Amino acid sequence: MDRAEWVIEIQNLTRRFGRVVAVDGLNLAVRRGEIFGLLGPDGAGKTTTLRLLCGLLAPTSGSARVAGFDTVRQAEAVKRRIGYMPQQFSLYGDLTVLENLVFFADVFEVGRREREERIARLLAFSRLEPFRHRRAAHLSGGMQKKLALACTLIHRPEILFLDEPTTGVDPVSRREFWEILTELHLEGVTLFVTTPYMDEAERCSRVALMLDGRIIACDTPDRIREQVTGHLLELRPARVREAARALEGAPGILEVQVYGDRLHVFVEDLQRGEETVREVLARAGVSVESLRLTRPRMEQAFISLIRRGR
Amino acid sequence: MEAFAVIANGLTKKFGDFTAVDNVSFCIRQGEIFGFLGPNGAGKTTTIRMLLGLLRPTSGTATVLGYDIVRQAEEIRRRVGYMSQRFSLYQDLTVSENLEFYGRTYGVRGERLRERKEFVLRMAGLEGRERELTRNLSGGWKQRLALGVAILHEPQMLFLDEPTAGVDPISRRAFWDLLYELAANGTTIFVTTHYMDEAEHCHTLAFIYGGRIVAQGSPDEVKKTQMRGQVLEVDCSDPERAVLLLRQTGQFDEVALYGSLIHVITQDVEGHRQEIRDRLERAGIAVHCVDWILPSLEDVFISRVRQNQV
Repeated sequence: MDRAEWVIEIQNLTRRFGRVVAVDGLNLAVRRGEIFGLLGPDGAGKTTTLRLLCGLLAPTSGSARVAGFDTVRQAEAVKRRIGYMPQQFSLYGDLTVLENLVFFADVFEVGRREREERIARLLAFSRLEPFRHRRAAHLSGGMQKKLALACTLIHRPEILFLDEPTTGVDPVSRREFWEILTELHLEGVTLFVTTPYMDEAERCSRVALMLDGRIIACDTPDRIREQVTGHLLELRPARVREAARALEGAPGILEVQVYGDRLHVFVEDLQRGEETVREVLARAGVSVESLRLTRPRMEQAFISLIRRGR
Repeated sequence: MEAFAVIANGLTKKFGDFTAVDNVSFCIRQGEIFGFLGPNGAGKTTTIRMLLGLLRPTSGTATVLGYDIVRQAEEIRRRVGYMSQRFSLYQDLTVSENLEFYGRTYGVRGERLRERKEFVLRMAGLEGRERELTRNLSGGWKQRLALGVAILHEPQMLFLDEPTAGVDPISRRAFWDLLYELAANGTTIFVTTHYMDEAEHCHTLAFIYGGRIVAQGSPDEVKKTQMRGQVLEVDCSDPERAVLLLRQTGQFDEVALYGSLIHVITQDVEGHRQEIRDRLERAGIAVHCVDWILPSLEDVFISRVRQNQV
């Protein structure tokens, strides 16, 4: 691929806070037009990475180029070409939807003529047109997120950095928010997003799994799922914790994950695995309501890879 | 006779002209995990505040643990634990100091405080981190500490308002494990969440929309009875483009992406199954499968909200 197509290039990027290494020798490249997902447990270093890439934080060592510019020496050029939506986006609660957009247009020096058309488009795009005169503080959580996104887009950034944009948002708003992201994706905007929702991770072109400041896997969601070895059985045992304890370490059983009243069991061999599960549970006196073969989703892959990484 | 931890009857709360909670009735059995779902601003937090006796209903009545929410609020507050959306932990105190502070606030002292602290630290997996400053804990750990604080005085019932917002999948599972354990020991749990996979693990659910309860029952009941239409799940090569194509036909009630899969809501499963396959294949999209599935709770949630919007 043409080198010009890499819009984010990260080399040995490291950031320390005192003795803590928040980001540890990161190497990563993102292509123009990708939806790139950065996943990982709390405290893995995702937000620090975003802040480094947006030029808001200087690396301790290593470097990054975003939209072709160095994030330290050419931070201003980077900022003009990117949009950054942090977890706590500072909207002005006292200002209306429209006033917030005008304010951000001022900050990013969007010209008078362009501004009007741009704001009209963003209002339509974010479905906030009917609420243009409502104060930001009086919008629902989902609408506030959409307004934050609209403000982030006011200067037509080529690359958008979104830090958990849908946290605390209900399913309907979350779906609408991702419909907007999909439109941006189809327009060719590069999206770099962190999320705790694994279904959102599955919508990314590629994802990187981060743990303790390092990337432990980086690939398309399909191939990340394939990295998990074994067949996945889903079952509902009567006493889930007891069942998990009985199954852990049994022959041919690779991994056991508990979720609520369900167990996800990775087995080496499908037929023998299923027999083992039934036998072990029968011996432990735990009845099983349902047992079926299922495909590992991102969630199971995430847990499996993070566990192995630890 | 079955023991109910909560009986709410026609609970209503108005703020001026605005009806935040509109004639809401439900019962929660003792030792049950009750999931309260709904969009932002639907009335979830207002309902919790009424049940805790912090807010007086405009009309209607409710009892919590047998006590009237208006006349016996003190009795209720002594017997319940509450974890709000913003955990009210003291960031400058250590883990241990937060537990001691809240213990004394709830009147837990001396030997009992020592015992309870030990229990909570063990249960939350915070042993060895007693001296860490709360500020330095990552999101998942803060959330466990907040839960620990809420159960320090051995409440018979817990109210949790979006306890897992922004928490990674591994920590969420660990957290739900704790909830299951508490429920198994008889604690009644009232929880709000935007994660539909968590909702799957509640014993009973209520959906609130615009202040009214629009669906109620066990997750299975809700999925089987509250959905208008059937769900076809499509696994294909280019889901983003496929969604747009299927929407353009205007034939389906709803077409949406779930991770990399598409859910199509339809009244005509057999007819549309082939139709979907043909249309996508004609557009050069490879269709791996089109399965008729039980709706996910997210399907039901969105379907209920859409019906009530009209």
